[in-house]
Amino acid sequence: MQALYAQLLVGLINGSFYALLSLGLAVIFGMLNIINFAHGALYMMGAFCAYFLLNVAGIGYWPALIIAPIVVGIFGMILERTMLQRLAGLDHLYGLLLTFGIALIVQGVFQNYFGSSGLPYAIPDELKGGMNLGFMFLPVYRGWVVVFSLVVCLATWFLIEKTRLGAYLRAATENPTLVRAFGINVPRMITLTYGLGVGLAALAGVLSAPINQVRPLMGADLIIVVFAVVVIGGMGSIMGSIITGFALGVIEGLTKYFYPEASNTVVFVLMVLVLLVKPAGLTGRAA
Amino acid sequence: MKTNAIASLLLGTALALVASAASAQDKTVKIGALSDQSGLYADLGGPGSTLAAQMAVEDSGLTKKGWKIDVISGDHQNKPDIGSTIARQWFDVEKVDVVVDVPNSGVALAVNNVVKEKNGVYINSGAATSDLTNAQCSPNTVHWTYDTYMLAHTTGQALVKAGGDTWFFLTADYAFGAALERDTTAVVVANGGKIVGSVKHPLNTSDFSSFLLQAQSSKAKIIGLANAGGDTTNSIKQAAEFGIVKGGQKLAALLLFLTDVKAIGLETAQGLNFTETFYWDMNDQTRAFSKRFSERMKNSAPPTMVQAGVYSGLLHYFKALEALGGNPHDGVKVVEKMKSIPTDDPLFGKGSIEPNGRTIHSAYLFEVKKPSESKAPWDFYKLVGTVPGDEAFTPLSQSTCALLKK
Repeated sequence: MQALYAQLLVGLINGSFYALLSLGLAVIFGMLNIINFAHGALYMMGAFCAYFLLNVAGIGYWPALIIAPIVVGIFGMILERTMLQRLAGLDHLYGLLLTFGIALIVQGVFQNYFGSSGLPYAIPDELKGGMNLGFMFLPVYRGWVVVFSLVVCLATWFLIEKTRLGAYLRAATENPTLVRAFGINVPRMITLTYGLGVGLAALAGVLSAPINQVRPLMGADLIIVVFAVVVIGGMGSIMGSIITGFALGVIEGLTKYFYPEASNTVVFVLMVLVLLVKPAGLTGRAA
Repeated sequence: MKTNAIASLLLGTALALVASAASAQDKTVKIGALSDQSGLYADLGGPGSTLAAQMAVEDSGLTKKGWKIDVISGDHQNKPDIGSTIARQWFDVEKVDVVVDVPNSGVALAVNNVVKEKNGVYINSGAATSDLTNAQCSPNTVHWTYDTYMLAHTTGQALVKAGGDTWFFLTADYAFGAALERDTTAVVVANGGKIVGSVKHPLNTSDFSSFLLQAQSSKAKIIGLANAGGDTTNSIKQAAEFGIVKGGQKLAALLLFLTDVKAIGLETAQGLNFTETFYWDMNDQTRAFSKRFSERMKNSAPPTMVQAGVYSGLLHYFKALEALGGNPHDGVKVVEKMKSIPTDDPLFGKGSIEPNGRTIHSAYLFEVKKPSESKAPWDFYKLVGTVPGDEAFTPLSQSTCALLKK
C-alpha cells in the first residue's frame, strides 16, 4: 500500500511536466490554430539554455527559470514572425508540417554539436536532499516541480480565462477583424501568445534539466505523449490539458508499478478509448 | 564475316583474361559500419565507430599494397528489422564483405542471421549478448569487445564477494537486458547470493523514479542495472536523487561506458565499480591511438571500448586477409583464418579467438574517480583490478555453441 502512494506521487511529478507542456500546446492551438510540433524541440532548447547559462555565463538555476523562457520565447516569436505567420488561415496540416520540420532541424543541429548522451545539470543547492514521508523518500526538487508547475498552470489559466487581456485574446481568435476595429494590434498579440506558449515549454525544459539529462532528443521522446495528453484533454482546452496532464502522469506511474512493460503504451490505449467515446476529447467542444 | 569472327574471338579472350585476373587476386574489400547513429547508443558507437573503421583501414597499410578498401556506414535506429534490412541490402546491392560494430543486442542477433545467410564476415563490437557465441553462434561471426557473461563474471562476482548478496534488477526490456540479467543471476546464485526481485523497463526510458522506488522498497543490498547508454545514466542520476546510495543500497552499473560517465558527471558517478576491456588511458599505445582518434572526432572525445573494438577487430581481420592473399568474399574462410592467428593489437593486447567466435582478452575492473582526482577532461577511471581473459569469458567447456560439436 505504501508503495502505491509513492507511485501516485511519482506519477504526479511526471504529470506536472505533461501538464506544463500540454498547456503551452493548448494555448498555441487554441489561440493560433497551429499544431506546434516544434514544442518538444523548444522544451529541449529551454534545458540547453539553462545549461549554457550555468556553464558559460555562470548564471545559476533561479535566474535561468526566468531568462531561459524569455530567450527561447523570443526565438519562438522570431519563428512566428518569419514563418508561421505566413500560414495564417491555411489548413492545420501546413503548420504541423512546418513545425515538425523546424523540430527536426533544431534537434539535428543540437545533436551534431552535443552528441546524444547528454550533459549533466546539477540540482540547485537549496533544493538538494529529500524528506522521508513515511511511505517514500521524496526528493525536495521533485516536490518543488509539482508545486511550481501547478502554480504556473493555474496562473496561465487565470490569465487567459479571467483577465481582460485573455478576453481580448480569445476575441481576437474568434473575430480578428472586429477586434482590430477596436484598435488592438492583433498580429502582435498572436506573436506574444506564441511566445508565451514557447516560454512555457522552455520553462518545463529548465525544470526538467536537473532530473533528466540535458539531451538533444529529450523533447522528441516526450512530445508524442504530450500530444496524446492534449488530444485526450480536448484540443485547445486549457483546463482540460492541465487536468489530463496530471491525471495521465498518475495513470502512467501506476502502470509502471503493476505492469511496467505497458508503461510506454498506456497513454495511447487511453487516447483510443477516450476518442471512441468522446471524439472531441474529455473537455473539448465538438467542432 | 571473317574479320568479325576474329574480332569477337579476340574480345572474348580479352574478357576471359580480365575475369581470371580479377578472381586470382581480388583485393577489393567493403566494410559496413552498422550502428545507432542518433539514438541512445550513438555516442558509444555511432560516428565514432565509423571513424575507428576508417583508421583501421589506414593503419593496416593494405591500401599501399594495392588493396582497395571502402567504408560505408548505416543507422539501424535500434530496430532489428531496420538493421537486418540494411545488412541484407549491403550484401546484395553494395557488395559489402564485413559488417562491424552493431550495438544493441536485438539488432545484433538479427544481423547475425543475415551475415550467416550471405556468408559475410561479422565483427561485432557493440552488442553485449553472450548468445552471439553460444546458442546463436555462427561460423561467420567474431564477437570482439565484451559480452554479458564477462560483465556478470567480473563486476557481478566482485560485488557479491564484497558482501552484496541480495540483488534487485532494473532490466532493459529486450535481448540485451534479458541476457545480462540471466548471466548475472547465475553468478550471484552460484556465489551464495539471492535475487529478491526485478523490473523490466522499456528501452530508452527517461523517468526511472517508479522503478527505483520498487528497487528501494525491495531492501536489496545491490541494485543491478542491466541496461546501457542513456538508460544507465538516467537510472544512476535519479537513484542519487532518491537517496538510494545514501540509504545504504549499492548500485551495480553492470555496463558503463566512458561517454556515460561523462554524461552523468563525476560528482554523481564517483565510486561506481564496473568493467571494461579498454580505456584510453591504460598505456602509451592506447594513449597514442586515442590522441589521434579524438583529434578527428567532432567533440574531441577519446574512443569508447566499443569504438576501440571496431578498430582492433578490423586490424585483425586485415591480418587474416593479408595471410589469405586476396578473395575476401568467402566469410567462413576469412573467419577461420582469423581464428587461426593469435590476436595482438595495440589496444587490447595479446589474445585469441575461440572456435565459437569469442575473442579472449583481459578485462579490467574500474572505479570512477572523485572530481578532485580527475586531472584532465576525460580522466575518469581508476584501475582496481585486472581479470585475465580465460577467467573473464565463457570457458569453452560451458559454451553451448553448435560449432563446437563437430
